[in-house]
Amino acid sequence: MKFGVIVFPGSNCDQDVYHVLGAVLGQPVDYLWHGDTDVAGYDCLVLPGGFSYGDYLRAGAIARFAPIMPAVIDFARSGGLVLGICNGFQILLEAGLLPGAMRRNDCLQFRCQWTYLRVENNATPFTNRFREGQVIRIPIAHGEGNYYADAATLAELEANRQIIFRYCAPDGEVTPAANPNGSVGNIAGIINREGNILGMMPHPERCAESLLGGTDGRELFASIVDWWQRGERLGA
Amino acid sequence: MLLAKIYVTLKPGVLDPQGEAVMGGLKAMGYEGVTAVRVGKYLEVQLDLDDRQEAGRQVEEMCRRLLANPVIEQYRYTLEEPAGLSTEESPRG
Repeated sequence: MKFGVIVFPGSNCDQDVYHVLGAVLGQPVDYLWHGDTDVAGYDCLVLPGGFSYGDYLRAGAIARFAPIMPAVIDFARSGGLVLGICNGFQILLEAGLLPGAMRRNDCLQFRCQWTYLRVENNATPFTNRFREGQVIRIPIAHGEGNYYADAATLAELEANRQIIFRYCAPDGEVTPAANPNGSVGNIAGIINREGNILGMMPHPERCAESLLGGTDGRELFASIVDWWQRGERLGA
Repeated sequence: MLLAKIYVTLKPGVLDPQGEAVMGGLKAMGYEGVTAVRVGKYLEVQLDLDDRQEAGRQVEEMCRRLLANPVIEQYRYTLEEPAGLSTEESPRG
């Protein structure tokens, strides 16, 4: 399985993702420069965290028009696996590949901390190694993670089980106090209706080795590899 | 040559943490009469165009595609001659 990690000017988690996929999971992985226009030959694309184009105007707004994005959008629309982490999630929202938008954290602070997440749906290429309802621990680091969707969109996300992760207390209870940014419904990650595009604010690449204090993030990347190696394909 | 003055603001009802914080600051300064603050963005875009209709069409498109996020933001703009002699408010935001 071949991964591509897209590097925008201002990406800063690209090397962490590359390390996890290549050194920790032993998968072939390449960097793809934002100025490239071709993503042929890749099985999964990762849009990493960072501050693409300085987050000017709105986080992800300018990256969404990078030369590589038409190819990423084509890849995603034709069912290719796409994972957007933090700034990558913001870019996917701006590109319209996922519904909703990000607002500034309600606390106005940049939040860099461990969070507990409840896995709301494990029947996806990205979460199949978790149990449904499992509480996992993955860190966040963002100032604009306050996810917003209008009531109709939110109802649709709920009905189609597209909410994948919610911020929760260590015991799994979804409470306002466990929400670090004010996101609607404590949402930390969502998937598109077809199930091939996941966006999440927490950083799984930062907790994929015990040396870094946790390995729950590794299971997310390993889920993708397992899913692919079992020969599962969406819509098949 | 035309100058577009563009205002991008959060839609009514969308929480504005910055506005809340600014209001808190103003109240702390003693401005007890402040009841709401909303923070937005102001952009000036210079256009090498004289056709106001074409300029308006392009500015609309810029706002829709990049300058505002229609999920949470609205926009309005004026088109002015560089001298600022005439002002025209856009019909919608």
